[in-house]
Amino acid sequence: MEKENIRYSELERLCKEFRKTILKIITEAGSGHPGGSLSVVEILTTLYYLHLNHNPKNPFDDKRDRVVLSKGHSCPALYVILAELGYFDKQELHNLRKVNSILQGHPARVYNGGDEVKFVPGIEVSTGSLGYGLSVAVGMALGFKMDNKQNLVFAICSDGEHQEGSIWEAIMFAGFKQLDNLIEIVDYNKLQQESRIDDSVSLEPLKEKYISFNWQVYEVDGHKISELDTALADAKKYKGKPKVIIAHTVKGKGVSFMENNVDWHGKAPSKELLEQALKELEGK
Amino acid sequence: MVTVLEYKPSREGLGEALLEIADQYPQLVAIGADTANSTSLGKFAKKYPERFVNVGIAEQNAVGIAVGLSLVGKLPVVSTYAMFLAGRCWEEIRQSVCYNYSNVKLVGTHAGLTVGPDGASHQILEDIALMRVLPNMSVIVPSDANEAKVAVKKSLEKVGAVYIRLSREKLPVFTSPEEDFVIGKAKLLREGSDCGIISCGVMVYESLVAAEILEKQGINCRVINMHTVKPIDTEAIINTAKKCKCIVTCEEHQVYGGLGSAVAEVVIKNYPVPQRFVGIKDKFGESGPAEGLMLKYGLKAQHIVETVKEVIKYK
Ligand SMILES: Cc1ncc(C[n+]2csc(CCOP(=O)(O)OP(=O)(O)O)c2C)c(N)n1
Repeated sequence: MEKENIRYSELERLCKEFRKTILKIITEAGSGHPGGSLSVVEILTTLYYLHLNHNPKNPFDDKRDRVVLSKGHSCPALYVILAELGYFDKQELHNLRKVNSILQGHPARVYNGGDEVKFVPGIEVSTGSLGYGLSVAVGMALGFKMDNKQNLVFAICSDGEHQEGSIWEAIMFAGFKQLDNLIEIVDYNKLQQESRIDDSVSLEPLKEKYISFNWQVYEVDGHKISELDTALADAKKYKGKPKVIIAHTVKGKGVSFMENNVDWHGKAPSKELLEQALKELEGK
Repeated sequence: MVTVLEYKPSREGLGEALLEIADQYPQLVAIGADTANSTSLGKFAKKYPERFVNVGIAEQNAVGIAVGLSLVGKLPVVSTYAMFLAGRCWEEIRQSVCYNYSNVKLVGTHAGLTVGPDGASHQILEDIALMRVLPNMSVIVPSDANEAKVAVKKSLEKVGAVYIRLSREKLPVFTSPEEDFVIGKAKLLREGSDCGIISCGVMVYESLVAAEILEKQGINCRVINMHTVKPIDTEAIINTAKKCKCIVTCEEHQVYGGLGSAVAEVVIKNYPVPQRFVGIKDKFGESGPAEGLMLKYGLKAQHIVETVKEVIKYK
């Protein structure tokens, strides 16, 4: 138990660093989506550091689990973690959203801005248009089942994209086909681009929806690594159904003026506000 | 006379091809959306139930699942009505199929006016344009069931996304099953130097009939079967432009954005000559038998004949 606590506090420290880097690179890029990147930090960190079967030194290894970041606009969080894990040079983070960079504004599996086609290490699926990632993850899970392979597929979806019909096509299919090698994590930060979800079209009751679509549901505090860890550990073992972890999060988590504020969905902070945010994060 | 071997829907080429080739491609998976019998995948689904996925009436999911399958090493072929594949799923095809550089084959059946009595809701006349504009996408419009069968087989050999457009109706089969078929390489069906006729799909047969009628009137046409609209056979187009000094394109599709446009893009850049377009003129179709509709909407041999005579005046 004690060992676990030390591990968790190490990861918490990493999450703090990730948040700082996310804000720095978004500021440097001059655009991007801080809110949904900050809310997904613990989700991705727990997944990549404690549960994912992967090898950053051999990113295209057949045996690896697959991660689909369906909420593609949150890719700064993913990029920062991939860089820390050694998928690519950390220097590349400073090229986010710039010409000639493999780090596109929304994740691209293949970079083809030049003459050469480059597969981007760690990016399994190009996303950015909401509502598509889950179907692709379902196809991957189905493919692994067909070939009797043990790989797992993780899909990270936003709450807002549950307003897309295509998501429900994927949910219905996965539940019916009992794809238990699929684990979805919903970053339920309650906000979308312009409003609270509940002020546009509510997803509630979300848990009951998933249950009625034949999914196994977990509900956790999406900023508590211990809770995410426990849920992921159980979800990996649970057989017979696809699993969803509804992770309750705070959009803009960690920076007071960004938290729960739709204004910080999709814009970069000024240099001054970045300093303020970094100071705040440092103090935590 | 153009020899008609039989009358058969080109969509049947899909089912036949997959059945013949399934054992050669153990990774091949077919995906249907409550339409397997109509797209001709029914027999495949029965023989290889573990390699057939019915997603229900959920075309977007079908495309997404196909991409996921391909990213983990399967070879997915999605088939449903062209309207609901190329039409409904256009963005999914762009984002998930093409932008991922995935190896997914899309076969849209029941394309065009010849789907007939179902009417305009089912008669997609825009899919060649929709698919052609996508990076990483090849577009093949076979002219009959035999060619459809070879095209499907060849598309599996090719790595990358391919869209194949097939018809519902029983239409003349006039290509030989042994005919050479190379993706991106047009077939020269008839030599002539008065006018070049470049066609795809069901219009290839009509073009051959038109060329025969014209020959009797002393006009000799060079007829090209441009089964691959993308990547288009530039050389065949340029040669035709040089030789005939005028071109008529024929397609069962809007004249905007389809084969005619693709040919014009090549002509204007390399060897500008007058061109006319046989196709649907910015309209929806309607219910009726295929033949009757082709007649009403200007897709029969006689319309090609008129158009050839018209364009020749501008040489
Ligand atoms: C299909 C589609 N529609 C609209 C957008 C523009 N857009 C980007 S993010 C976003 C909403 C963000 O809310 P949510 O999906 O809940 O993500 P999060 O709150 O985690 O950032 C929208 C509408 C998009 N990327 N894709």
